Amino acid sequence: MKILYFSWLREKIGVPFEELEVTSSTVNDLIKELIKVDQKYALAFEDIKLLRVAVDQKVINDLNASIKNAKEIAFFPPMTGG
Amino acid sequence: MKKIFRDCSISVNIQNSDFDINSEMDLIKSEKKIGGITNFIGVVRDSSKEEDQLLSLELEHYPGMTEKAIMSICIEAKKRWKPNYIRVIHRIGILRKGDNIVLVITASAHRKEAFKSAEYIMDFLKSRAPIWKKEHFKTYSKWVKSKEKDELALLSW
Repeated sequence: MKILYFSWLREKIGVPFEELEVTSSTVNDLIKELIKVDQKYALAFEDIKLLRVAVDQKVINDLNASIKNAKEIAFFPPMTGG
Repeated sequence: MKKIFRDCSISVNIQNSDFDINSEMDLIKSEKKIGGITNFIGVVRDSSKEEDQLLSLELEHYPGMTEKAIMSICIEAKKRWKPNYIRVIHRIGILRKGDNIVLVITASAHRKEAFKSAEYIMDFLKSRAPIWKKEHFKTYSKWVKSKEKDELALLSW
């Protein structure tokens, strides 16, 4: 699965994206799975209120959203466009 | 990315390069049934603090999703006010004070639909387009924080 990071989340993780074999079936489980891999994820996902997630380029509002058939998951802070 | 509707043309571009407002306007004037054109340009603003001199503004985005997100905002504006034409150009990369960031042009037979559409699109671009800004000052850099008022503005629509 392709996992992407943007803005300061990208800086904290250290890469713009990575291809990982994951076993989680929800976003919430994926976050927990990543945190177990390396402490950098724990630091990046520390403030869950500032975390926004897109599954296959669509923003999800519930971290229990399924990622079973997802191709890419993106993590980023609130958007500041315009 | 360009989608043509029967009575409304929407086009969205994400680009590093600057845009030319005059040529964009000429394109719209060649469209049919245009009586009013609203034209909004967002530019890089200097810091509000005297001691912080803004050297540059860096804009990062989510390629692929940005175009889709902005297109769906435009489609919603088209459904609500039925403007004849919507054009959005959002720049990314390194920009400097006074540089153009975003262009929104909406055109319709009458002014109200053009005004409303442009305002709606700008309100949603602020917090629904996957773009992030980083300000670089002389001694430090910081990511721009999202504003609560931008989120609240969406509720009024």
